[in-house]
Amino acid sequence: MSYQTLGIWIGALFTLCILSFLYKDNPFYKFAEHVFVGISAGYGVALQFHNVFLPNLWRPLMAGNLLMIIPLIMGGLLFTRFFASISWLSRWSIGMLIGIYSGIAIIGFGSGDLVLQIHGNLLPLWGTGLFTALNNWILTVGLIACLVYFFFSKEHKGSFGVVARIGIYFLMISFGASFGYTVMSRMSLLIGRFYYLYGDWLGILPQ
Amino acid sequence: MRKFLEIINTLDRRWIFVFIGLAVSLPLFFPIGIKFSVSHPVQGFYDTIEKIPDGSKILMSCDFDPGSMPELYPMTITALEQMFRKDLKVIITCLWPAGPPLVERALAHVGAEYNKQKGIDYVHLGFKEGKEVVMVSMGASIPNTFPTDYHGTPVSEIPIMQGVTNYREVAMIVNISAGYPGTKEWVQQVQSRYQIGLVAGCTAVSAPEFYPYYQTGQLKGLMGGMKGAAEYEKLVGVMGLGTRGMDAQSVSHLMVFAFILIGNLAYFTLKFMKRKESG
Amino acid sequence: MRKEIPLLITFLAGAFFIADYFIPHTGFSSWAETLNGWTIIVIAFAYVLGVANVARVNLDYIQRKGKDTPYKIILLVCLLFMMMVGIIWGIGEHTVFDWFFINIYSPMQAMMFALLAFYIASAAFRAFRIRSVQASLLAITAVLVMIGRVPIGEAIWKDFSNFSEWIMNVPQLAGKRAILIGAALGAISTGLKVLVGLERTHLGQD
Repeated sequence: MSYQTLGIWIGALFTLCILSFLYKDNPFYKFAEHVFVGISAGYGVALQFHNVFLPNLWRPLMAGNLLMIIPLIMGGLLFTRFFASISWLSRWSIGMLIGIYSGIAIIGFGSGDLVLQIHGNLLPLWGTGLFTALNNWILTVGLIACLVYFFFSKEHKGSFGVVARIGIYFLMISFGASFGYTVMSRMSLLIGRFYYLYGDWLGILPQ
Repeated sequence: MRKFLEIINTLDRRWIFVFIGLAVSLPLFFPIGIKFSVSHPVQGFYDTIEKIPDGSKILMSCDFDPGSMPELYPMTITALEQMFRKDLKVIITCLWPAGPPLVERALAHVGAEYNKQKGIDYVHLGFKEGKEVVMVSMGASIPNTFPTDYHGTPVSEIPIMQGVTNYREVAMIVNISAGYPGTKEWVQQVQSRYQIGLVAGCTAVSAPEFYPYYQTGQLKGLMGGMKGAAEYEKLVGVMGLGTRGMDAQSVSHLMVFAFILIGNLAYFTLKFMKRKESG
Repeated sequence: MRKEIPLLITFLAGAFFIADYFIPHTGFSSWAETLNGWTIIVIAFAYVLGVANVARVNLDYIQRKGKDTPYKIILLVCLLFMMMVGIIWGIGEHTVFDWFFINIYSPMQAMMFALLAFYIASAAFRAFRIRSVQASLLAITAVLVMIGRVPIGEAIWKDFSNFSEWIMNVPQLAGKRAILIGAALGAISTGLKVLVGLERTHLGQD
């Protein structure tokens, strides 16, 4: 038996262990779950070591780039969380990370989502073909109605309430579409797994 | 009738699991081969890559893991097929930790088929932690962000990376993504900032939220889920898991529709009967 | 000063990156590039911190001799094994590390996500009840998109695919765009609150 065949058999057995959870929680599932968590955690550390620590930190530091001591110290400060008396030092690193991600998020959401999405909905409501104009009206009315619904500082009553209700209907259509696509996604994952079990493991699928 | 409806209403969910298992399994053994057409977003994905001049450099970011392989791995394989046919030079990065081994497999499979050479026709730069920070960092300098490739070779020694500083030296970006970080972040941090062409393949779960990006032109093409992969395979002319899974997809969707219908019919009929009995 | 200095660091780091977007000056950009590189390294340390925490939690459990102790031992053994094998013998193709990833990690993760297919079908049967106009709209759209997006839809009605594509491109898009805009406003306001120090939950308790 080759390593590849052995690997497929072990993979298939672990797959069946996970699948057994559908019947009920059992020792096989628990065993597989704990093996998975252990292997994934160990995988992550080894990957970080080879893909980040060595090329981005260690080699530049050994080549003489002494500025790399700063991220080494900032990263090391994170581990002070394990020691109650000095755990406050980890806030320096966390503060830096949170600040950077907040700054990047503000720019990303502002330019990529807010401005361009509003711009994308400024569509001609007449002067184009009938079908295009109708679609543009639906998009415009739909967006405005949904944004009105999201405005919770004013009670949804009267004409404001009517517009908000139209917004809810558009949101329900969105969620329905999302549900349909979610079903598609989940079924695809199961198709992939059955293809692995029937095809790669048992080899009984027609070509 | 009432007893039957009560059985339906209180059916053990494990029976539902059995039905779904059969709905997915049987079409794999007895394929039906229903034809399907290609949608505009997928056509856009294909056409955008086709329009790139042969020999250009493309950045491909494979941001997925084994959990979404059935949907995204066929997209990756087919995209590599299309790009290698056009002799495009592919620079691959991963922003998900479990992505690199899958990318290695895809490259080994497709690269060998087209006699493509590592370092000359493609390079796998591997994974970097940081999500959006990596994207922004690559906008300044790709070599500084990825000093070596996945195997530890310095990028300064890799022929395909010569002259590549940042996004301005690549013709476009192809993103295959399973979630966060992924297409949304590429649109927000890279496409809107550097105005570079971006096409995306994503899981069906995230596809609906990317339609606004496709409508504004921030995405030039969009593939969603296994159906998107199947449509793309049809355009490129390959028979992959995407196409093979379509029959099972059709039958399982019909099964879920039947469940919704039967579940509601049973529930409301029983409710009506009980209300009628109580007067 | 245990909270003030981190808040100042948060503000300076965030403001620096916002300024980098607007300032094209090469010198400024090179400092931004350097800071980006440092962040990638610190984030990697944070990942290792997470794994160390997993190890610590499980070690505590083993010391307390809980009923799942054998499983926790297996978890720690697998963690250490995968870590050492990867660090010492490398992570490329045809390594032991790669073999364990492809034959154990990959199938199990894929199967864990695939289980969701069963649960979504179960939820569709047992919990999806059309009790209101909104729920009917949701259900009808879901069914139209579900059937329209697969080949059987085109077999039933040749324009089913185009119709479901219209649903995705027009009414669905309006709702998703509103959510995008709302989320963008929320993200920007939360980001600003974090930068100016109004939001401090990331610093934890004293």
